[in-house]
Parts: sequence; C-alpha cells; structure tokens
Amino acid sequence: MRTKCSIGRGAAFLVAAVLFAVFLVTPVMEVEAADPYKVGAVFSVTGRASFLGDPEKKTAVMLQEEINKKGGINGHPLELIVYDDEGDATKCALAVRKLITQDKVCAFIGPSLSGLSLAVLPEAEKHKIPMVSCAASYKIVTKDPETGEQWKWVFKTPQSDSMAVEAIYTHMKKNGISKIAVLSVTSGFGASGRSELLRLAPDFGMTILADEKYGPKDTDMTAQLTKIKGLAPQAIVNWSIGPTQVVVVRNWKELGMTKTPFYQSHGFGSRKNIELAAGAAEGVFCPLGACNIAEILPADAPQKKVTMEYLKAYKAKYNEGLSSFGGHAWDALSIVAKALEAVGPDKAKIRDYVETLTGFVGQHGVFNFSAKDHNGLTKEAFNMVVVKEGDWALAH
Amino acid sequence: MEEISFASQLLQYTITGVTIGSVYAMVAIGFNIIYNVTEAINFAQGEFVVLGGLVMVFFRVALNLPVVVSLPLTILVVTAAGILLDRLAIRPIREPSVLAMVIATIGAAFFIKGAAMFIWGKNPFDLPPFSGRNPISFLGAVVQPQGLWVVAFLAVVVVLLTLFFDRTMMGKALRACAVNANASSLVGINVRHMILVSFAMSAAIGALGGIVITPISLMEYDRGAMLAVKGFSACVLGGMGSFSGAVLGGLMIGLIESLGAGLVSSGYKDVFALMLLLLVLFARPSGLLGSVEVNKIKKF
Repeated sequence: MRTKCSIGRGAAFLVAAVLFAVFLVTPVMEVEAADPYKVGAVFSVTGRASFLGDPEKKTAVMLQEEINKKGGINGHPLELIVYDDEGDATKCALAVRKLITQDKVCAFIGPSLSGLSLAVLPEAEKHKIPMVSCAASYKIVTKDPETGEQWKWVFKTPQSDSMAVEAIYTHMKKNGISKIAVLSVTSGFGASGRSELLRLAPDFGMTILADEKYGPKDTDMTAQLTKIKGLAPQAIVNWSIGPTQVVVVRNWKELGMTKTPFYQSHGFGSRKNIELAAGAAEGVFCPLGACNIAEILPADAPQKKVTMEYLKAYKAKYNEGLSSFGGHAWDALSIVAKALEAVGPDKAKIRDYVETLTGFVGQHGVFNFSAKDHNGLTKEAFNMVVVKEGDWALAH
Repeated sequence: MEEISFASQLLQYTITGVTIGSVYAMVAIGFNIIYNVTEAINFAQGEFVVLGGLVMVFFRVALNLPVVVSLPLTILVVTAAGILLDRLAIRPIREPSVLAMVIATIGAAFFIKGAAMFIWGKNPFDLPPFSGRNPISFLGAVVQPQGLWVVAFLAVVVVLLTLFFDRTMMGKALRACAVNANASSLVGINVRHMILVSFAMSAAIGALGGIVITPISLMEYDRGAMLAVKGFSACVLGGMGSFSGAVLGGLMIGLIESLGAGLVSSGYKDVFALMLLLLVLFARPSGLLGSVEVNKIKKF
C-alpha cells in the first residue's frame, strides 16, 4: 500500500516536472523558429592527411560560429555537420552517403584529398547535390579532359598545379630565363607537378635540361644537384612536400649554387620550412595564395581585407599559425553560405548560383565560376614571393 | 651559372655516396649484432635511428645542452629503450623461436613509431651540425663538415666493436652465443643476458646513426622504415653477421645510389642498388663477405 502510494506521488511529480519543462522551453523554441540550413563537411581531420583536414575543420567551425553570431543566413542558423574520413576512401564514401541520406544536407564541402574527392564525386552526381571539394587536382572538376567538360554538381576551391606552374614560368620568362632543370619527389604531389612542368614548358618557351627525381624519405639530394650543376641551367624548379624540400634547398646552398635561382612549388608555403632550412632558403622563389601572405599584401589588393580578417580571427581562436589549407575550407564554406543567402536551401538552385558566381573574393583568389570552369581561378591566384631575411616578400 | 668539371662531379658523387653509405652501414651493424646472438632480424632497428635523432633534438635544441653532454645522454636514453625492448617484448616469449622474435620486433617498431609521433608530432626536426654549416671546398667538390663527422663516427664504431669482440670476455661470450647458444650456456654463459647486451648495443649504434644524420637530412617520426630497408640491404649485400661486410655493403649501396642518380637516372637509383643486391645473392647467397659454412648452420 505504501509503495503504491509513493509511485502515485512520483508520477504526479514527473508530470508536473514535464509540464514545467515544456513551458520553460517553448519560448526558446519560438525564437529559433526558422529551420537551420544544413551543410555537410568531410575532412581528413586525423590520420595521414591531418595536416590538411585539421585546419580545414577548425576554419569551417569558426566560420559557422561567425555566421550564426551575426544571426545566421537570412535568419536561418547554419548547421554544419562535420565528419572525419581519416584519409580513408571507404570511410569517406560512408560519410558522404550519411550526409546525403540521413542528415539530408543541401550541399557539402570537402573531402581534403584529391583521391577521396574523385572517389565520392559520383555520389554527388547521382544524388544531385552540390559538392565543393577542398582538394587540388583538376581531375576533380573535369569530367572529360579532352573537351574540358565539367562535372555538373562538383566544384573545387584550391588552385590547380598547372596554375602554380604557369605562375612560375611567367615569372621566369619575365626575368629572361629559358633553360631550366626540374627536380621532383616521386610521390603523388611531385609526380603531378612534374607532369604539369613538362606539359606547359613548350607554351612558355622553356627548355628542360634535366629532369631529376628523389624519394620522399631520401636523406640527401647532392647527387641530383651536382648533375644539374654540370648542365648549367638558368634556374631550378623543385616540386615536393615534407622534409625533402628543405634538404634540397640546403644542398643547393652547400654546393654554392645560389647564383642559379631556385623555385619551389606552393608546397613550400610555410614559415616553418624557412626556419628548418637554417638560412639556406634565402632568395628562394615560390608561388603562394594570398592567404599565406596576408601581412605583406599591398593595402589596395582586393584580398587584403578578407585574408587579414581570417588571419586575425584564426589566431585569436586557436592560437596557432594559419595554414593555407584552412583557406580552402574558408572559400568552400563561404561560397556555399553565399549561395544559401541568395537562393535558399534548394540543391539545384545552389548549384546554378555557384556556377554563375563571379567576382567572389576568397582566401586563395578572386573566384569567377562558369559552366566551363568549376574552379573559377587563374594563375593570378598565385603571387610570386621570395624569401628575404627569413620571411616572405613579394617578388618582382 | 656555375661551371663544374666532370672529374669534380665524380668526386662529389663519391663524397655524397660515402656519407649516406656510412649511415646505412651503421644501421647494418646494428642488425648484425642482434642477428649474431639471436639469429633474428630486429625490425625496430630503423626506429632506434629515429629515436636517436629525435631524443638528440630534445637535449640539444629544447634543453640547449652542448654536444658533448647531449650525445652521451641520447645514447643512454636510446640504449635504455633497447633494453626495455628486450625485457618487455623479447624475453617474455616463452619459446623464443626466430619467427616469434621477428614478429615481436615488428610490433615494437610500430609501437616506437606511434609513440614518437605522439611525443614529437609529425613535423620534421632540425639539429645544428656539430661544427658549423660552412661547406669545405675540395678539388671543385664540396664536403659538408657533418659528412666528415658521419664517416668519423662510423670508423670509431668499427674500431671499438672490433676491440670489444676480440679482446674482452663479454665480446667473446657474445661471439660464442652466435656460434652455438646451447653449447655456450653449457659452459656457463648466460644467453638471455647476452641477448639483452646485444639489444642494448644495437640501440646505441642506431642512436649514434640518428644523431649524426639528423643535421644533414632532418628527422621525423616515420623515417625508420626506409633506413631499416637500406640498412638491411647493406647487411645482406655484405653478408649477414659480418661487420666488415656491413661496412662494405653500406658504402657500396650509398655509392651506387649516388653515382646511379648522378650518371644514369635519379628516378631509378634505388633500382640499381637492389639489382646489385639480387645479382650478388644469385652468385653468392651468403653475401660478399659472409661465410657459406656459417650460413648453413643458421636457422634463418
């Protein structure tokens, strides 16, 4: 009898509590009445490509908070759903499928890697959902390399390798250089850059005297550089990432080859590399996106304002140096947010809007999309810089 | 534009090859010490080199200790890691077959690599060279001062090891274990103790290799596997178990890589080294300086 009574009393309390809670919550719900706009993101936050995915995720989350603090997009809060693919193609495909079928996002950004972007783009095409990749390969947006036809639903924000090569060759031509030596690492990044260097050389009247390679874990490139020294080119271009691009610069200095200008790929774009080269990087040229060099951009440069704001906000929030890869995520999410603001969460309308978006000032360039160009950038998205007194300076 | 004569180029390739080859030789010597006592290949040998480099960076750069202090400290730390590897991974194996030991070292290699990534992160680290960065010009070629240190340390290691194995009781006991472990324990040699000593010594030599190469090539957590493959090739080329063979094999692989990259094609430089290795193994399965008789009684 006693127990029954206490159960009855407990139930009464529970009902009262629930009613009370409902009254409390209701007014809050009324304020956020507008449905959130759902945007997906897949990045390699951990694993082998975490150096890409980690700053990308941090940037996207920061941007989402900024947008929602300002009252969202036309009153709708932006809901960003981020998944980590760990650099794994299977996990990436699963994450994209989940975003499309369960989370029902209206567009998604990422993945971080070219290989993974190529693996998941059929999903975007099949489900007719806009995808803005943060990986560099031109193959991601190009359906048919012969005709240059673009995938209907796929866009990307990073510059292609060919633009870095064009920026380097343009700078060389301006400085009267026509005989060059090419050095590259035998990884995907090096092989892709090398093939672009060889492909575009005739267009710029470049003669390639030497085409040397080294492994991604090699300890020394003196042999390759000695061979190049014997062929006496007017300049050297090196295409690699990781420690080898630092070692090769040191070897160049040690062999006393500093009179032959040394060009690095955009992979060299971190101050850490200048530091690791221990003084040897002085005078090295390198094409960089505006986001890497916000401080030294002239005040009237179109990207000065957005890059400085991003740099300050990122440093204030995460207390770490800016990476150019985060800039790709900034561009991707900003473009999607701009589309949502203009046309709302309709997938087809978002796609059509992005395809005709022009003059969008991003971290890595001024984007001009068209039906024939789902990347929207040209070689002007790269600025040639030179290492001067241990820091970047604009090269002329 | 600079000019360089063909003779100077050849000299430069040789200097580079000897420098890289000396590091391969040090890794190969580390393989040999453990192989001689246990007949197993220690797949964590490359990780000792990585640890040597990274621990040295900690003492030399983070704590700013002079080389004379940080170098012995680093070797001590990595030697301790080698001892731990034996106590925690090798000794607990109930019936220590060669295969079980090899598998344990593979596991240890992954563990050390993961731990190094956790402690130091994924970025490469630099170490200031022992005596400046100003290269020495020599007949049109240049020598990095650190390259001389690499060769000098290899020479010291070879001399000390020769003295140790020929003149000291413990060295002779180690050699006895290498010939026949059962017979050695019958005459009162503690074989398990000798295995521990062999792991400690390999770790120390690996660490030394890491310390001398880091100022040239930087060091990051996942470089061990490549160094181990090159060192193992050097070891097989020279003949498993032979110290002079390890030095010869290391220098030969370094020279072929460097000359192959310079004179023929840099894209195929690893192919030349491995082709030579295959040719030698076809002609002399025991390696250049390995003994056929000894190989017949070895299990692996």
